[in-house]
Amino acid sequence: MTTDHLSLFIMLSIKNLQARVEEKEILKGINLEVKAGEVHAIMGPNGSGKSTLASILAGRETYEVTGGSITFEGKDLLELSPEDRAREGVFLAFQYPVEIPGVSTINFLKTAVNAIREYRGEEAMDAVSFLKMMKEKTKVVEIDETLLKRSLNEGFSGGEKKRNEIFQMAMLEPKLAVLDETDSGLDIDALKIVANGVNKLRSKNNAVIVVTHYQRLLDYIVPDYVHVLYNGRIVKSGTKELALELEAKGYDWIKNENTAV
Amino acid sequence: MSDSNKILEELTQSDYKYGFVTNIENDSAPKGLSEDTVRFISAKKNEPEWLLEWRLKAFRHWLTMETPTWANVTFPAIDYQDIIYYSAPKQKISLSSLDEIDPELRATFEKLGISLDEQKRLSGVAVDAVIDSVSITTTFKGKLSELGIIFCSMSEAVHEHPELVKKHLGSVVPITDNYFTALNSAVFSDGSFCYIPKGVRCPMELSTYFRINAANTGQFERTLLIADEGSYVSYLEGCTAPMRDENQLHAAVVELIAMEKAEIKYSTVQNWYPGDKNGKGGIYNFVTKRAICAGDHAKISWTQVETGSSITWKYPSVILKGDYSIGEFYSVAVTNNMQQADTGTKMIHIGKNSRSRIVSKGISAGKSQNSYRGLVKVMPRAENARNFSQCDSLLMGDQCGAHTFPYIEVGNPSAIVEHEATTSKIGEDQVFYCNQRGIDTEKAVALIVNGYCKEVLNQLPMEFAVEAQKLLAISLEGSVG
Ligand SMILES: Nc1ncnc2c1ncn2[C@@H]1O[C@H](COP(=O)(O)OP(=O)(O)OP(=O)(O)O)[C@@H](O)[C@H]1O
Ligand SMILES: [Mg+2]
Repeated sequence: MTTDHLSLFIMLSIKNLQARVEEKEILKGINLEVKAGEVHAIMGPNGSGKSTLASILAGRETYEVTGGSITFEGKDLLELSPEDRAREGVFLAFQYPVEIPGVSTINFLKTAVNAIREYRGEEAMDAVSFLKMMKEKTKVVEIDETLLKRSLNEGFSGGEKKRNEIFQMAMLEPKLAVLDETDSGLDIDALKIVANGVNKLRSKNNAVIVVTHYQRLLDYIVPDYVHVLYNGRIVKSGTKELALELEAKGYDWIKNENTAV
Repeated sequence: MSDSNKILEELTQSDYKYGFVTNIENDSAPKGLSEDTVRFISAKKNEPEWLLEWRLKAFRHWLTMETPTWANVTFPAIDYQDIIYYSAPKQKISLSSLDEIDPELRATFEKLGISLDEQKRLSGVAVDAVIDSVSITTTFKGKLSELGIIFCSMSEAVHEHPELVKKHLGSVVPITDNYFTALNSAVFSDGSFCYIPKGVRCPMELSTYFRINAANTGQFERTLLIADEGSYVSYLEGCTAPMRDENQLHAAVVELIAMEKAEIKYSTVQNWYPGDKNGKGGIYNFVTKRAICAGDHAKISWTQVETGSSITWKYPSVILKGDYSIGEFYSVAVTNNMQQADTGTKMIHIGKNSRSRIVSKGISAGKSQNSYRGLVKVMPRAENARNFSQCDSLLMGDQCGAHTFPYIEVGNPSAIVEHEATTSKIGEDQVFYCNQRGIDTEKAVALIVNGYCKEVLNQLPMEFAVEAQKLLAISLEGSVG
C-alpha cells in the first residue's frame, strides 16, 4: 500500500478541537489520538464537556465547531453528515437514549443495518439472516428478546436502555464506539454483562472510547489510556492507574493544578 | 426563517407520484347542473323510473340548500355549473373477459399498481375499478357468486337487484342529510354495491379502486354495503387522481349496514391529488360515510389513511342501534403544504351496552391545517354505553396547524365516555438518534411517523398496510420539524 501507514494506523485524530453552543465556549482545544485496537477512557467532572465531545464526534448540529479538526480513518469527519459517520463506522451509545414510540428495536435496527449496507454497496439483509444475527447478538449482551419487540426505549428502565445501546452496538459492529456513561444506572450484574459485550467487540481493528465517572467500569473494560477532561481541555492523560488515583483523590488536585497554571 | 425551516421548505416538494392522465375518449354530459343533467345521467344508465324520481327529489332539495361553512377549511365558492357530472370511457362495458378492456385503461390500472390480472391471480382481492363515473369491471364475480355474495357496480345492482337497492339506498344517509349528500343523490354516477348473505364469511378482501381521470369532472360515487345476519366482510377502498391545475370535486356517499352479529371492516387509503405546493389544483374530497349496526352484536370498523386531497371533509360515522353493538374508527390524516383536512367521526349510541372506540392520528406539515372533529352521542336508552377516544396530533415544522374539536353529548348517566388528546412534534433528538444509527433524515421521519400511526396501520389488511406506509413516507418527504 502506498498511503501513509501512520494515518491508517491512527483511526481517530482530534486536533485542537474547539466548540461552543449558544455563544458558550465548551471545548477549548482538545487533542486526542486513538489507534485501532485501543480503549480510551475519558473521565472528568460534571459539565466538563465529555458528552459535548461525544456529540460532536457523532455530528450533532447543536454544537458549533469553531476550530480544530477531526480525522477518522483519513477522512475529515467534520465534513460528513451524522448518518454517513455512522455508516463509516462511528457509533455513539447515548448517555440519554431517545424513545421512539411505535417503532420496535428490531424494526429500528433492521432499517439501520440496511441503510449501512446500502451505503457500502451491499444488498439488503433478508429477514431470516437478520433474525439469525439478532439471536446471536442477544446472547452476547444477554438482552431479553421481548424487550426488542417493544417500542424503542419507551418505558425501558434506565438499565434496559443502556443495555439496549450496547445491543445496538453489537448489531452494527462499528469501528469506533463511543460509550457515554453507559455504566451509569446499571446494577453490578448488568455492568459486567455490558462490559463483557464491549470486550467481545474489542479487536485489533476496532477502538472504543468510554466516558465514565467510575473506575469500577474500568475493572471490567481495561483501558489502554485514561484522560481527564476538565473545563473543555484534556488536562491529564495516563494509564489505568490514573483512574485509581482519581478515585482516591477526587478532581480537586487536578482543578488546583490547573488554576495554578 | 431558521435553517431547519428552510430545509423543510425545500424538501417538502415531493411530487405526486400518481399524476398521469390516461387518454381515453370520454362520453360526457355537457357542463352544468339542471334537472336535464339529472335526467341525462339517469337515461344514460337506463335507470328505472323510481330512481329517476329519487334523483330529482334530491336535486330539488339540493337547490334549497347552502354550502356548509362550519368546517375548519376555506376554499373559493364552487361553480356547480362549471362541472361535468357524467363522464364515461367510450366503450361498451359489458365485458365477459378482462382482455376486452381498452389497453389504455389497462395500462392505467397497471400504473396504479392494480393490475387486474395480477390481482386476480395472486392476491385474492376482488377489485371493482371505478374510473371517472363508470365501473369498468368486477373481477372474481364468479367465485363470489357461488357463496351468494353480490359484488358489482351500483348501476348493475340497480338492474339486477332492484329490491335490495330500493330498500337500502339512502336508508343510512338520507338524501337530505347535507348539501353534498343531496348533490350526490341527484347526480351519482356509479360506485360499488355489495351484499353478503346470512352467515357467510366473505373469503377475500373486496376492493374498489377509484380514480378521477377526465378534466373538470366531479366524481360522485355511491357505495352501498349490506352484511346480513352473522356475516363478515372486509372492504378496501383506494383512491388516486391525476394532477390537474383546477380543483376537482369529489362528493361520495358510502352507506354500510350490518345486521345482527354481522361485522364489516371498511378500510380506505385516500391519495387523491393534493394540489401543488402552493395549493393550486387538487381534489375537494367532501364525503359522507355512515354505517349502522342495525342488529344486536353487530360490529363496524372504519379505518382510514388520508394522505391526499387539497381539502378533506369527511366523518365516517357509526349509528350503534343494536344492543352490544361495536363501532370503531381508526384514522391517520396527513396534511402537507397547503392541504386542509377536517375529519373525524360520529359515534351515536342507541343500543344498550354499545361500545365505541376512536383512535385518530393527525399529522400536519408544511403550511397545512389538520382538524379532528368528533361527536360521541349517548342516547337516553343506551344503558352502559362506553366510548374511548384517543386523538393525537403530530406537528412538523412551525407553520402548520392542528386542531381538535371533540363534542360529547351524554344522555344516560350509566355511560362512560373517555377522551384523551396529545400534541407532539417530531423531536430533533429522535431524528438525530436515527441519524447516528446510519438512517438518513427522510427515512427517520418515515420511521417515526409510521411508529406514531402504528395502532391505526395495524388495523389495515397486510398488503394495504404496506402501501399505506409507503404513502405516508411519500407525502411527508422532507418535512422535518
Ligand atoms: N445545548 C446546550 N445548551 C447550553 N449549554 C449546553 C448545551 N449542551 C451542553 N451545554 C453545557 O456545556 C457544558 C458541558 O456539557 P456536557 O454535557 O458536555 O458535560 P459532561 O462532561 O458530559 O457532564 P456530565 O458528566 O454531567 O454528563 C455544560 O456546562 C452544559 O450545561
Ligand atoms: Mg455527559
